[in-house]
Amino acid sequence: MADPKPRIKVPKTASKGEVVTIKTLISHPMESGQRKDSAGNVIPREIINKFTCEFNGQPVFGCDLDPAISANPYMEFTAKVEESGTFTFSWTDDLGKVITTEEKIEVS
Amino acid sequence: FLATASRMAFASAEDAEKAISEFTGGAAPQSGKITLTAPEIAENGNSVPISVSVDSPMTADDHVASVLVLAEGNPNPDVATFHFTALSGMATATTRIRLARTQNVIAVAKMSDGSTYIDRKEVKVTIGGCGG
Repeated sequence: MADPKPRIKVPKTASKGEVVTIKTLISHPMESGQRKDSAGNVIPREIINKFTCEFNGQPVFGCDLDPAISANPYMEFTAKVEESGTFTFSWTDDLGKVITTEEKIEVS
Repeated sequence: FLATASRMAFASAEDAEKAISEFTGGAAPQSGKITLTAPEIAENGNSVPISVSVDSPMTADDHVASVLVLAEGNPNPDVATFHFTALSGMATATTRIRLARTQNVIAVAKMSDGSTYIDRKEVKVTIGGCGG
């Protein structure tokens, strides 16, 4: 599978101390390990099991995902920003592959 | 549908209780502070929006550390664990989950001082999100 492209919504600007809402979505089938193929064989589990968000290297939010998270996992959460900087988002799948992306925010 | 249900091993309320007990370290969580928002009726169990929100000042000394989400009627009760820090600003998170059938969804918050709070909502599922 080609690398899934995450979609992220972070405000471009914020005022100091503001709590901003962040929305993320990544394309992934989140194969639960519960389904069977047409021959009756169990399709092996392959999901994104971990999501993290850091701001300037400090942890902001994280989530351990289980197979009960829907395909194309969506996460909405908040961050309190005191300074301009960069959010780093990472998704880790069952095979250990990590997808990372960044978004900048201007704080005044 | 009955045939489907009997073919599949579902988790039980006891499995969910066990997961809660592991998360809280054996303590019984109190009610209050945490709010779980979920639809009363979900037409499609493959994608059910849920939100958790915990009342907390979210400072370095007093914040919500994590929130465990469970679905007691799925094949496996685990859904997700959210981790918060003071930098989260608010202890709130929204995601979309799979529900195999009508059941209770449970959210348990663990505060930085170790105290725990619980909320639960029943979601009626029209078409289960169990896969084929």
